[in-house]
Amino acid sequence: MNAILTMIAQRLALGLLTLFVVSLIIFFSVSLMPGDYAEAILGQAALPDTVKAFREQLGLDQPAYVRYFQWLGGVLTGDLGTSFSSERAVTELIGARFGNTMFLAAYAAVIAMPLALVLGVLAALYRNSFYDRTVNVVTLTTISSPEFFLAYVLIMFLSVGLWNGSEMIMGGLFPPIANVSNDVGFWERVYRTTLPAITMTLVIVAHMMRMTRASVIDLLASPYIEMANLKGLSKSRIVFKHALPNALAPIINVIAVNMAYLIVGVVLIEVVFVYPGLGGLLVDSVSKRDMPVVQGSCLVFAAVYIMLNLTADVLSIVSNPRLLHPR
Amino acid sequence: MIDLKKLSAKVVSGKLSRRDFMVKAAAAGVTVPFATHLLTESAKAATPKKGGHFRMGIGHGSTTDSTNPATWENGYMGNASYAFVNHLAEVNHKGEISPELSESWEASADAATWVFKLRKGVEFHNGKSMTADDVIASFNHHRGDDTTSGAKGVAKQIKDIKADGDSVVFTLEGGNADFPYVVSDYHFAIMPSEDGKLVDSYDVGTGGYSIENFEPGVRTTFKRNPNYFKEGMANFDSVEMLSILDANARQSALITGDIDVMDRVDLKTVDLLARNPAVNIVETTGTLHYTFPMRTDIAPFDNNDVRMALKLAFDRQEIVDKVLFGHGSVGNDHPISTANQFHNGDLPQRGYDPEKAKWHLKQAGMEGLTVSLSAADAAYGGAVDAAVLYKERAAAAGITIDVVREPNDGYWSNVWMKKPWCACYWGGRPTEDWMFSTAYQGGVDWNDTFWSNERFDALLLEARSELDQAKRREMYGEMQTIVSNQGGTVVPMFANYVMGLSNKIAHRDEVQGNWDLDGQKAAERWWFA
Repeated sequence: MNAILTMIAQRLALGLLTLFVVSLIIFFSVSLMPGDYAEAILGQAALPDTVKAFREQLGLDQPAYVRYFQWLGGVLTGDLGTSFSSERAVTELIGARFGNTMFLAAYAAVIAMPLALVLGVLAALYRNSFYDRTVNVVTLTTISSPEFFLAYVLIMFLSVGLWNGSEMIMGGLFPPIANVSNDVGFWERVYRTTLPAITMTLVIVAHMMRMTRASVIDLLASPYIEMANLKGLSKSRIVFKHALPNALAPIINVIAVNMAYLIVGVVLIEVVFVYPGLGGLLVDSVSKRDMPVVQGSCLVFAAVYIMLNLTADVLSIVSNPRLLHPR
Repeated sequence: MIDLKKLSAKVVSGKLSRRDFMVKAAAAGVTVPFATHLLTESAKAATPKKGGHFRMGIGHGSTTDSTNPATWENGYMGNASYAFVNHLAEVNHKGEISPELSESWEASADAATWVFKLRKGVEFHNGKSMTADDVIASFNHHRGDDTTSGAKGVAKQIKDIKADGDSVVFTLEGGNADFPYVVSDYHFAIMPSEDGKLVDSYDVGTGGYSIENFEPGVRTTFKRNPNYFKEGMANFDSVEMLSILDANARQSALITGDIDVMDRVDLKTVDLLARNPAVNIVETTGTLHYTFPMRTDIAPFDNNDVRMALKLAFDRQEIVDKVLFGHGSVGNDHPISTANQFHNGDLPQRGYDPEKAKWHLKQAGMEGLTVSLSAADAAYGGAVDAAVLYKERAAAAGITIDVVREPNDGYWSNVWMKKPWCACYWGGRPTEDWMFSTAYQGGVDWNDTFWSNERFDALLLEARSELDQAKRREMYGEMQTIVSNQGGTVVPMFANYVMGLSNKIAHRDEVQGNWDLDGQKAAERWWFA
């Protein structure tokens, strides 16, 4: 057990270092983009003296490295700074959005993970059957389609409906925009975010399903499963008790990668469904060069990635006694 | 007339394309704005009813928006601001300039001193009464060296503001007969002040609705101001403005009834949307126009024959048809739209004439001219396509245009007014003087062609302080001719505002085109039928 705690501590320290490097890269790569906040926010209306007044008020007239260390100093004391534009604390801005992002990610994961595991195990058991091929074709099709396309198709069939020449048919099951606010109750929120959650499920299920299928097939061919078969154990016992636990390590890793995608990679889905998540905030802030918000959002994303990878590693080790007791 | 009504019904039911309708209407001698107006189905009873929750899907908005009027720059904040604040004057529902937070105004003979008599008994949402001090602070917010306001350029002409009893007196740098239009600019919102400065929460106004919740880039919710001073306005119990950037998402939400109104309908699919019986399409002609400014201080654009050749070397109607899908009208190389007061209708429309373009090039001694045209969709959606169409047509006049696709990021700081020839847009200004003195007067900050013309500048100053309307019409007419024939800007087209309404929404016969969504005042002016 101690070995695991040491590892977690080591990985957390490394994670902090990664965060530092990430913030450095983000800061200076945004500086490389043409224009700064003053020019971006004023657009066509950027008179030279208005731009100058803006830069002086926000401290943008100082060199980039000075601004970076000022920001870093703030972060070390727990202050992520204030947004240039809305003059609100970055933590407050990100906080509300992060809650929305996590809710949607969790919703999609709750649908996708059991679905992928069940489909994958069944595909492994009945491999090369009609069922196996159908599941493969369908999931590969959904993963290969751009997510906004899937979103539009779902909106068309489940929300807007089809025009048969005189009236709309189908549709009307879910709203096309995920219009949630803080005063919306839990089930109402679940209802309104169903379409984005299904879209995300369609995007990630193939990856997890195929990894499950491959790992289980691999294990079913190993000698101890043959032994279990010869002992006359039931099929379900073989799969769930003997095969699956040993297949977990690679599956967990794939799940972690997909969870990370659900949290940090769904900007397009947020746009199509008008969902107020963290991705939209980041894109707006980058286009307006609102540095404190860009930095804050990127730190959150990087931290999510690091934590998920750490969790995946810890779970793989726990699920594999050989790694738990290294010689 | 009855025929046209039938035709417009056909358009709504999808049996006739909008463009064909316009052609037929024009053949029947109907002007474009009126034909457009027929299409908007004006038949509804024009008596507003109170009540309901109005949801708008607006194709602008960003998480970087704020309620500080100095920062307002996009259509989302335009709509939001007109819901909760008022101005000294407004362009009203009939398209006239009229008093709003003032009762009347008076100008000195040279139009350099303006006295606005304030409306009595107006209260802000927080219960404070509006005073002259609030008005002065609201204007000072955009003046002075340390302001970061987008309206700083417009506010510069105000030399001094002071209170005089119930009135506010503006002293201007020079005469401006259109000053009431200036104070109607959305930036000059009247908000409560403390010690000469605006209260810096910036969320209180005198408008028809008070802000309940403002989530930048997501939504704003409003509830009706029970003490609103206007009759028959602000008819909804509550309003919700959603920022929906994706045109498809706005459209789906309108079809399913998740919103009541959308702006900026996708022009590619508007005919399909119009077939839906639950949706009405409303179209207005405004001052929004797209331009290709040439820097007249850089060769070869310093030669007017070259400029004329380029103005003649492309097919305007083709660009209107292919880039705007017919939802616009051709421009005549000056920025004054038919929606403006003093549009010069006598100026002949310039067409596509490669032979004449060649002749001009010969005069300039530059046959086989090669020029670069910088474009990006940041200038306007379709700018790159328009540039490519330009290039194809110009080839017939022996002109080679290299279309340079520029990055959207930093377009306004690195390309516009930097590259010799580029694509640009102007939201337009409510008055001739404002438009001309913003971008055509010699030496002003946004003169994007670096053009100057003595006669033009003299007329501009003269017309600005002239209070006789007939004389002004004459002067502005001549100025449009000068810009069209000598200026550095190619103005290929004016774009219409096209919006989609649920059939539950009613509006007055006239829908104003000074901005999208009835002058961005849909929340104030419309109601549930």
